[in-house]
Amino acid sequence: MDTLVDLSRLQFAVTAMYHFIFVPLTLGMTWLLVIMETIYVMTGKEIYKDMTKFWGKLFGINFAIGVTTGLTMEFQFGTNWAYYSHYVGDIFGVPLAIEGLMAFFLESTFIGMFFFAWDRVSKKQHLLFTILVAIGSNLSALWILVANGWMQNPVGTVFNPVTMRMELDSFYSVLFNPVGQAKFFHTVCAGYVTASVFVLGISSYYLLKKQDLPFARRSFKIAAIFGLFATIAVIIMGDESGLQVYKAQPSKLAAIEGVWETEPAPAPWSLLALPDQEKRSNDFNIKIPYVGSLILHHDLQGSVKGVEEIVAENKQKIVNGQKTLIMLEEFRKNPHNQVLAQQIQADSADLGYGLLLKKYTSDIANATPEMIDEAAKSTVPHVLPLYYSFRLMVFLGASFFLLFALATWFSMGKKNLFESKSWFLKWSLFWIPTPWIACWSGWFVAEYGRQPWTIFGILPTHLSASSLTSGELIFSLTGFVVIYTLLAIIEIWLMVKYSKLGPSSLGTGKYHFERQA
Amino acid sequence: MEYAILKLIWWVLVAVLMIGLMVMDGHDMGVGALSPFIGKTDSERRAAINSVAPHWDGNQVWFITGGGAVFAAWPLVYATSFSILYIAILAVLWTLFLRAPAFDYRSKIENPGWRTTWDWVLFVGSAVPPLLFGVAVGNVLLGVPFHFDNDMRLVSDAANPLFGFLGLLSPFALLCGLVSLCMTLAHGGVYLTLRTEGVMQVRAKKAAKIFSILAIVLFAIGGLMVGHINGYVATNLDPNGPSDPLLKTVEIVQGGWLHNYQQYPLTMLVPALGFIGLIMSLILNAKGKSGFAFIFSGIGMAGIILTAGISMFPFIMPSSSSPSSSLTAWDATSSQHTLLLMLVAALIFTPIVLTYTSWVYRIMRGKLTAAKIEENSKSMY
Repeated sequence: MDTLVDLSRLQFAVTAMYHFIFVPLTLGMTWLLVIMETIYVMTGKEIYKDMTKFWGKLFGINFAIGVTTGLTMEFQFGTNWAYYSHYVGDIFGVPLAIEGLMAFFLESTFIGMFFFAWDRVSKKQHLLFTILVAIGSNLSALWILVANGWMQNPVGTVFNPVTMRMELDSFYSVLFNPVGQAKFFHTVCAGYVTASVFVLGISSYYLLKKQDLPFARRSFKIAAIFGLFATIAVIIMGDESGLQVYKAQPSKLAAIEGVWETEPAPAPWSLLALPDQEKRSNDFNIKIPYVGSLILHHDLQGSVKGVEEIVAENKQKIVNGQKTLIMLEEFRKNPHNQVLAQQIQADSADLGYGLLLKKYTSDIANATPEMIDEAAKSTVPHVLPLYYSFRLMVFLGASFFLLFALATWFSMGKKNLFESKSWFLKWSLFWIPTPWIACWSGWFVAEYGRQPWTIFGILPTHLSASSLTSGELIFSLTGFVVIYTLLAIIEIWLMVKYSKLGPSSLGTGKYHFERQA
Repeated sequence: MEYAILKLIWWVLVAVLMIGLMVMDGHDMGVGALSPFIGKTDSERRAAINSVAPHWDGNQVWFITGGGAVFAAWPLVYATSFSILYIAILAVLWTLFLRAPAFDYRSKIENPGWRTTWDWVLFVGSAVPPLLFGVAVGNVLLGVPFHFDNDMRLVSDAANPLFGFLGLLSPFALLCGLVSLCMTLAHGGVYLTLRTEGVMQVRAKKAAKIFSILAIVLFAIGGLMVGHINGYVATNLDPNGPSDPLLKTVEIVQGGWLHNYQQYPLTMLVPALGFIGLIMSLILNAKGKSGFAFIFSGIGMAGIILTAGISMFPFIMPSSSSPSSSLTAWDATSSQHTLLLMLVAALIFTPIVLTYTSWVYRIMRGKLTAAKIEENSKSMY
């Protein structure tokens, strides 16, 4: 059973992380294309049309695999997380379905127009199509993050003992869930940063190679300024996300910050530590005073709750949940007892914590105190990987700020200072992979940090999976890895080939390799 | 709105989504599967592929939205169908994966070997999914082995789930798969007749003719076979009841899938529509009215898909191993609140989607020829 759950998690992680190679670039590239094409429509200069088309080509190579791997995500809840789908489909399915209807249709319909309608419509109409693609892809992210935000902070829902599932109570709460909203802005802005680093880095390559300079300069400047705004936004929204996480998921936050014992106000912030899960303490810890309170409360009065206090609180919740679960088992034997049904609904706040015990015993009523202790301990995820992946993300975020601040600074005035600074151009080029590492670290913090839950406080991960066999999982995981690896090789090969070729790939006859030939 | 009415509306809406999927994504799958045969030269193949190039991605969203809508409206159906038919669903997904890179990457490299490879990849990615959709429907008609435990946890009763995939390929299920494949190819053939000229159009017309006739014949054989397979009949099923599939009792009856037609003879119009649509499409396409032929092949597909739905109604996913665990339109839906909310969303967004979809088809209308492809070699697929 546990191997099955672990394999299912691994498959989800592999396919989701892989999908998220393509998503952030799409989110940001669409707006960069809108900016380039807007300049074309306003100034009428052909070079901006060529920029839109060329960067659009790279965007298209990326988008093809994004679409492909997105299919997996839509169906994997059903194939591999059947109990999850049953238990929360009443709420979780809603944003997914609306995403398809409202956003994905829009994006996918007009992306065809973006590529193929250049000669069939007016300039302004084509720009409208590009804008619709950008709106569609970003709205798509909105609904997905509303869904994910609900997994982190499940609001607007009630348990129904008759249907044995969570049901929708308030769509308004689900949509305006502060966790989902903060995550949405943080994630799309991270996408804008990713695309900006991508365009900045490839433009730097042309500048280093002295290839298509006017084209590269303009692309560089657009990416620099857009990237700077995006990085500032990502940092602000990251701070906001931190506040929301502290409110909604103190266990995740304690793990991210390596706080074992509650830090009284004013709490310090750990700069570097070596957390030890067994000893439940840090082997060493460099702390900066006051900063913890400042980050998490924006003042000096707030304390930061530690792992031990959270575990103690959760132990009480498990005991409460156990009682509700015993009532629920009684009700399943006698489903006409309306009084009991109402009692269960009234006491369902900690039902999910009771479900944690199912990992240790099927006889919930006779769970031993050791089992309850064990379950309470499991409510805090592993500290070390979260502590470091969070810091990696923050470090890279800071590096993007520096990169774009300098790029913007060097772009000021008419001198194009950046052209002569080959160290900076090389840095931009080699920095291309890093936004993906930052995105992955962020998602790792979000999803691994939610453990042991799929729906925080409501449904434990170990109960969520489908009743498949390990053989089926090994087969499917192998298949995904093989197909995705092949696709990645082809995609990266094409991307590098077209990036090196640059705007010469458009066949206008105006660019570097065409003039030589 | 009354719960039962909402449940009925959602049965209709899911059917509409399935029809939308097969009519919209179906024609570009048909084109993808036929393109290696209708296009003999590279430019001809590109002409075929480019007739759907701007649209295939939007059309594929019918599949994704269909998945999302089933998740939201029928969570138990979503959970059951995809996890019990795990290997089959993976086969659908993995072959669908091939389409996007085949469309997008094929013409990005000039090498003929590269292009031919992608042509056959596109063929597999376009022919296998409609075949498997049909096989899946066939297996659902036959009943699928699963049950629920007392926590409503779904358990597969398949003897050997991993290799059991081959067991899904029974004669009846294969027949359903072939009906689905042939109608898709016919539909794609008609679409290509509409969008090409000259020698390609002649080949497309021929393909449309062959596959329309095959689809008609196979659909008729399927109708004859249904009388001999087991159907399911439910008792004490309350349309207004809660979403708990364990409350009813179900009997297995040979020919049970014909009961609805016996009880409500008007429903026989639906399979009739399947035949009429395909026959009209066949006639009109031969007469050179391929625009109308396309509409009628769409109507024919709608008739065939609805026939499967109505034969089973109210069943959606019968269980062969534990009939009372079967999922029906009355006891496998989401809550009243969610159904109503999703209905509002569907009523707002579906007309908008249909409007802009027809707009973009209008913009891109017209014949595609090998010569046009050669003029715009760098900007087309």
